[in-house]
Amino acid sequence: MRDLTARFRTAYGAPGRHLLLLVGCFAVAGWVALRLAGEATAGRMLLWFVGAAIAHDFVLFPVYASTDRALRAAVGERRARPAAGPSLLNHLRVPALAAALLFLVYLPGILRQGRATYLAATGQDQQPFLARWLLVSAALFLASGVLYGLRRWRARRT
Amino acid sequence: MTTDRTSPAGDRPGPPPRTEPPRRPAYGFPRRGWAVLAEHPPPGARGIGERWRSPLRGPWLTAVHGLALLVGLPLVFLTGLLDYLAYSPQFGQAFPHDVGWLRLPPFDWPTRPSWLFRVTQGLHVALGITLIPVVLGKLWSVIPKLFDWPPARSVAQLLERLSLVLLVGGILFEITTGLLNIQYAYLFGFDFYTAHYFGAWVFVAALVTHVALKLRRMLTALRSRPLRAEVTVPRDATRPEPPDPDGLVTARPGPGTVSRRGALALVGGLSLLLAGLTVGQNLDGRWRRTALLLPRGRQPGTGPTGFPVNRTAAAAGVGAADTGAGWRLTLRADGRQASLDRAALLALPQHTARLPIACVEGWSTLQTWTGVRLRDLAALVGAGQPGSAHVRSLEKAGLFAQATLQANQVLDPDSLLALRVNGVDLTPDHGYPARVIVPALPGVHCTKWVAEIEFRGRPDA
Repeated sequence: MRDLTARFRTAYGAPGRHLLLLVGCFAVAGWVALRLAGEATAGRMLLWFVGAAIAHDFVLFPVYASTDRALRAAVGERRARPAAGPSLLNHLRVPALAAALLFLVYLPGILRQGRATYLAATGQDQQPFLARWLLVSAALFLASGVLYGLRRWRARRT
Repeated sequence: MTTDRTSPAGDRPGPPPRTEPPRRPAYGFPRRGWAVLAEHPPPGARGIGERWRSPLRGPWLTAVHGLALLVGLPLVFLTGLLDYLAYSPQFGQAFPHDVGWLRLPPFDWPTRPSWLFRVTQGLHVALGITLIPVVLGKLWSVIPKLFDWPPARSVAQLLERLSLVLLVGGILFEITTGLLNIQYAYLFGFDFYTAHYFGAWVFVAALVTHVALKLRRMLTALRSRPLRAEVTVPRDATRPEPPDPDGLVTARPGPGTVSRRGALALVGGLSLLLAGLTVGQNLDGRWRRTALLLPRGRQPGTGPTGFPVNRTAAAAGVGAADTGAGWRLTLRADGRQASLDRAALLALPQHTARLPIACVEGWSTLQTWTGVRLRDLAALVGAGQPGSAHVRSLEKAGLFAQATLQANQVLDPDSLLALRVNGVDLTPDHGYPARVIVPALPGVHCTKWVAEIEFRGRPDA
């Protein structure tokens, strides 16, 4: 028996409970898939489900990683990792990342998506959001810039 | 947090290459198959492991993110399931209708405390949004694994990686559909409730599996670097973690530009930023405006009725002709019937209650409502102890043109057919001539423009 367990483990690549857990996981997903297979929009749901992961891994990540790389090259290694004082790179990165995150999260309002449902639900339009996002982003860059200046000034004094 | 593939400092001598990394697990069955796969990487896959440069990636950073999600995500899931129950699925009015055994044990949604739904749903939405940076940070910390070749060395690993598609796809699907729903942009073209509900179960099944498989590793990683010590380490003293069996630590770390505490502060700061721009949709007065980028950060007007609605009279197709002098409220119970106009309703004993109206989209507002108690209306047609009440709106179409209330929701002393709010008559958008308001009931079930209430007996009576 012990021999059999060991052989299973070698062939499968993990102990038996690993398989049990994964079977449980796929059973739930399979049940949901069967339950939804009859829906007219099942294909779209699947597309958005898989698409969300693909969009993150093969679009969003490469985009922000290469933007960061370009930013680092533009800033220069000396100001990205100064021997003393604040890093200019980080003072650009943080507000840029925050602005991009806000854009992604509040994208429907900023880009005025779903106007009709928005109007029916709220009785309003989505007019102010783009300007607000730009203002918040500008404020973030400004705050980061001021902080950078202060930190540099302090680093020079000491 | 560098993701450089070819660091600008590439010409500078980096840290010396590390000694032998920990052994990868051996191939499972069929050994030849996995070995052949390993020898035939797709174009571009070879050498990708050499390109990851950030010295921050490693089990500890991943584990800290994992811990935050392990605390937060179950709360988001649980509040989501509670909100499903708040819609009284026993009357077939929770969406999706048929969820099989994928639900909490049913119970009658209580009316007390009156802020119950406000808190559960507010938490569901606000916490869900707050965790987005943590999810993205966690994905950043493990992304090199995605490009590993071979993708698996055994059936076990293959299955586990497939379950990660459900895990990652699941959380991103839930975040995306949720964000689009609270901003009224139904770009996806499928039923939100069905997708969000079942998507959550697929995600949670994958999460339970993932946690069961990785919990011990997470705890080991957390113990390897006490947080209190780690937050004292500045950028220049930040070194990569020792090589790990999962290969999260890069083989060729470049010079770091951020300390671990800096990375955590960044993720935490972004979470706080999102939280700060979200909680306002649950506050009244000037603080509501702090939800700068959300629909419910805006007050639709000023004065006693200048608070948000979730459906306008125009959208509901309810016009002045329907709500004018000819309007009557019909009450029914067991064959008995009564018809009252607004003056007759105002002549009945009036009760005032300060109650929140809270929406599934995670916004809420607290207002002072005045009207006739629902239980008084029930007594009027001789239904002293109703089992439920079916409320119909003047609204013809629409998912929420009608709602059934549980017995406790009819009998609560603060459950009203409201005629006035904050001392003035309801406006058309707030449900004039009369609307239901019940403590802790989801906003869409507080039917507006009420035309008829039918009190039904208890099923066992």
